[in-house]
Amino acid sequence: QDVSLSTKKNCIIYLAGQALPEKVKIVEVGPRDGLQNEKTIVPTETKIHLIDMLSASGLPVIEATSFVSPKWVPQMADQVEVMKGIGRIPGVSYPVLTPNLKGFQAAVKAGASEVAIFGAASELFSKKNINCSVDESLQRFNDVMKAAKEAGVPVRGYVSCVVGCPYEGKVAPEKVAYVAKRLYSMGCYEISLGDTIGVGTPGSMIEMLEAVSKEVPISALAVHCHDTYGQALANILVALQMGIGVVDSSVAGLGGCPYAQGASGNVATEDVVYMLHGLGIQTGVDLSKLMDAGAFICRTLNRKSNSKVAQAVCKL
Amino acid sequence: MGNVPTTVKHCLSYEQLIQDYPWLRRWLLLEEKEIVPTGVKIQLIDMLSGAGLPVIEATSFVSSKWVPQMADHSDVLRGIQRAPHVQYPVLTPNLQGFQDAVAAGATEVAVFGSASETFSKKNINCSIDESMLRFEEVINTARERQIPVRGYVSCALGCPHEGHIEPSKVAEVAKRLYEMGCYEISLGDTIGVGTPGSMFKMLQSVMKEVPTSALAVHCHDTYGQALPNILTALQMGVCVVDSAVAGLGGCPYAQGSSGNVSTEDVLYMLHGMDIETGVNIAKVIEAGDFICNALRRETNSKVARAKGRTL
Repeated sequence: QDVSLSTKKNCIIYLAGQALPEKVKIVEVGPRDGLQNEKTIVPTETKIHLIDMLSASGLPVIEATSFVSPKWVPQMADQVEVMKGIGRIPGVSYPVLTPNLKGFQAAVKAGASEVAIFGAASELFSKKNINCSVDESLQRFNDVMKAAKEAGVPVRGYVSCVVGCPYEGKVAPEKVAYVAKRLYSMGCYEISLGDTIGVGTPGSMIEMLEAVSKEVPISALAVHCHDTYGQALANILVALQMGIGVVDSSVAGLGGCPYAQGASGNVATEDVVYMLHGLGIQTGVDLSKLMDAGAFICRTLNRKSNSKVAQAVCKL
Repeated sequence: MGNVPTTVKHCLSYEQLIQDYPWLRRWLLLEEKEIVPTGVKIQLIDMLSGAGLPVIEATSFVSSKWVPQMADHSDVLRGIQRAPHVQYPVLTPNLQGFQDAVAAGATEVAVFGSASETFSKKNINCSIDESMLRFEEVINTARERQIPVRGYVSCALGCPHEGHIEPSKVAEVAKRLYEMGCYEISLGDTIGVGTPGSMFKMLQSVMKEVPTSALAVHCHDTYGQALPNILTALQMGVCVVDSAVAGLGGCPYAQGSSGNVSTEDVLYMLHGMDIETGVNIAKVIEAGDFICNALRRETNSKVARAKGRTL
């Protein structure tokens, strides 16, 4: 098809004919990204039970906790107990965040067998949040990458603000591609591209993914869409149409948006799975067991689920 | 993809006020306990006209016995300020309703068919065929008066009673309405169970019988699937999308769940894809704020909730 992909409108139509992946790997970030952004501190046993329920639902990857300083993230202070307490299912990955070498070492000691690091596609976001430039932040991860390689521990890379920044506004796709490429060249086996403030639409997603896929193979890319503006599922759909086979989501849509108080953040895993199954795409996930996990954590947090599927099914 | 245009231009956005089907009203009364004052309805419609929406479904000429919320239909139609180039269709389930609508100044009407026999019987007490006969009366009379008629097909992606609905059945009903004289057919995912997969299959089937340019999608967001479903429809060449400001109108089959997709969220996606709608999203958000205050409820629009707080 001789279609110019530079026009957003034409992109949309071109994608209509593309075949979707047969299988999609879902990376469940509820226990880490989700809970980290919830106001209520959740007891360790609850976190462990949640992760165990998620494991039972068939999710292949569950981000368990974060080895950041409890001073910064009190919710993750029980990181070691959580890692040691969960029932690990063979074949399921339980990655943890490791912002620096110290965190990495603590993680491995606690039994972690996969870790994650992160960079921002926005200079201002990087400076405001971790007090250094994007390049400096990637430099800091060199130690982690080296140690991880020596220990044979796979590392996943996150890029935040891929289609918009709360400070800079629009983010250049080339910048996202640059950061993704750096992380990939450093040794990250997969790069998760995050729409941190949920401002992306299928238009900006396609532009960004086109730029990134020139530098990193599509098979190594994942999307981490926020649903702050209700765009997450539409954005995930175009990502699938472009060949992406890995999607991050959070059970019950846990985790609000720190930049828009009261607004939603993570897309709900239940809603993603509903869409994927409706498309005939295999995920390995049992939706009703997943909903059980969502119901459990929402009861504990005393809050409504952000998943529309969960809301609909519970009322029937 | 033979029917797909090279560009998607002038995507019109239909606005659907509160609730439409008579049967839905009975359920909605459980949700919206108070009858909205006529003045509030008029103000809402005027604000939506001011936002640039090209079509605003103003009211319904069903018997007020079934739909008390729409009892003031004539007053609403007479009270609104009609913006030039804006259409204000009204629902007319039968000839009586049509005549009342015309007497009150209606210049466009709509009729409702269902792709599900059980749904048709349970809700309007007749089979699909019988309902078509009623609509034929309306459409023929409308034609004499040169009043355009829009046709709706409910349960296009699933029925609360029958479950799965064959795409060919949707196509059959859509075709009947189109051939009877409806200028446009709005395909409704009444219980919001559709996904891009089922949307694709259904549209493929319907597009064999009705030109794509005469099709619209009316997606419900009960399972959060509305926007990807709308995106799929756009990719297949559909250019008309129904939505409701602030996502007004719940789902009568899942109390407390959402129903209509919110216009604000649809606009955000369309504009992000450089698709023209002629609509000022900020003004729609204002209209949404207004009606939510009046109904003393929160908006169902994620854009409205987030707007201004991250940008």
